[in-house]
Amino acid sequence: MASKLWASRAASYLRISLFHRGFATVIKDFKYADTHEWVKVDGSSATVGITDHAQDHLGDVVYVELPEVGAVVTQGGSFGAVESVKATSDINSPISGKVVEVNEELSSSPGLVNASPYENGWIIKVEIENSDEVKSLMDSDQYSKFCEEEDAKH
Amino acid sequence: MTACGTRNIGPPLINLVRLKGVPILRQLHLEERLLRTSLDNWCIINDGTDDPTVVMGISGKPVELLEIDSVIRDEIPVIRRFTGGGTVIVDNGTIFVTFICNKDAVPGLQSYPRPIMSWSSLVYRKVFQGIGEFSLRENDYVLGNHKFGGNAQSIIKNRWVHHTSFLWDYEISNMGYLKLPKRAPEYRQARSHLEFMCRMKDYIPRSNFISRTIDAVGSHFLVRSMELEAIMYNSGTKFKPSSRLLRKQELEEAKFDSQTSIAVSQSLQM
Repeated sequence: MASKLWASRAASYLRISLFHRGFATVIKDFKYADTHEWVKVDGSSATVGITDHAQDHLGDVVYVELPEVGAVVTQGGSFGAVESVKATSDINSPISGKVVEVNEELSSSPGLVNASPYENGWIIKVEIENSDEVKSLMDSDQYSKFCEEEDAKH
Repeated sequence: MTACGTRNIGPPLINLVRLKGVPILRQLHLEERLLRTSLDNWCIINDGTDDPTVVMGISGKPVELLEIDSVIRDEIPVIRRFTGGGTVIVDNGTIFVTFICNKDAVPGLQSYPRPIMSWSSLVYRKVFQGIGEFSLRENDYVLGNHKFGGNAQSIIKNRWVHHTSFLWDYEISNMGYLKLPKRAPEYRQARSHLEFMCRMKDYIPRSNFISRTIDAVGSHFLVRSMELEAIMYNSGTKFKPSSRLLRKQELEEAKFDSQTSIAVSQSLQM
């Protein structure tokens, strides 16, 4: 396949390994967006972060751009960014609502996103606008399969 | 569709915009607008900018990266851009090349930082074939072990931008406005700016670099030339770019905060 050919040529030229970890961890009860963010719903509140798959592919995070408390987020819309390997990458919200808390720890310790993507590396907490939106997200099994298929294509 | 019913899919189209001497802030605003509001692929080449300008990445802190006293004294503009990465000082000796692409423009390319960076190095390897020992080293473009291009990226849901400032030439005195960065690649080995970098003009004529770059782009895309006037700001598009010029007051506040913190630290040690 052309995609594997150029990738292996690049890897050979650059003398790097194409190997990512063969798996990325998921948390069973969380929900997942196809842009690799997770959401943990607790009644009318939700906590949002990026997945283990995302942090592994992004590389070491050196900066997190956080939204203001009170900002409105919409499902699929960007609300912040992470910086890694000279790149800013948008973070998109899996759920619509209002930001009620941001993880201030990330300002001094952005690496928490890599070290603990599902716990200490959480990014925002949201007051949910429409709980039905969660139904459009993937569960952990669906998301694991999604990641495998995405990696296999490239 | 061909007569036998199979579909010929050629390379993706890319719009090539050639600029000369456009101010770097205007270039950054154009790039960010095209990234966020266009559905096309773009290659922008800006052959030099105007006045010497410092350009920091999104997370850049002036007090850590700049000799602030000199920057303020000499009124050097300081911009914070929308992409990641480090700090550069650009002028009319800098050549800018930018790719803005849909995530499926390059077959099999995952839109994450390292794959995009690797792909870009394949483009420039072609540019420098037979000219110098080009490689991508710890995310820098180098000839031998000397950096000659700084690059940075921004990735959104379905698109990405990869842009590079190439040092075709530079003023030694301008490098004095930049501190040695705290975050530096290992291969730099604490070398000063002048020992670490090289000038592209020692390897290739300016116009050759640009024409070879366009040829290299043509090996990945179907290139369509476009004039800047054709994509000038559409007043109907509500888009506010985030790259901005830092105010003098911000630089002075950063200097004051730094001096205050040093004074407090020294008094605590007494």
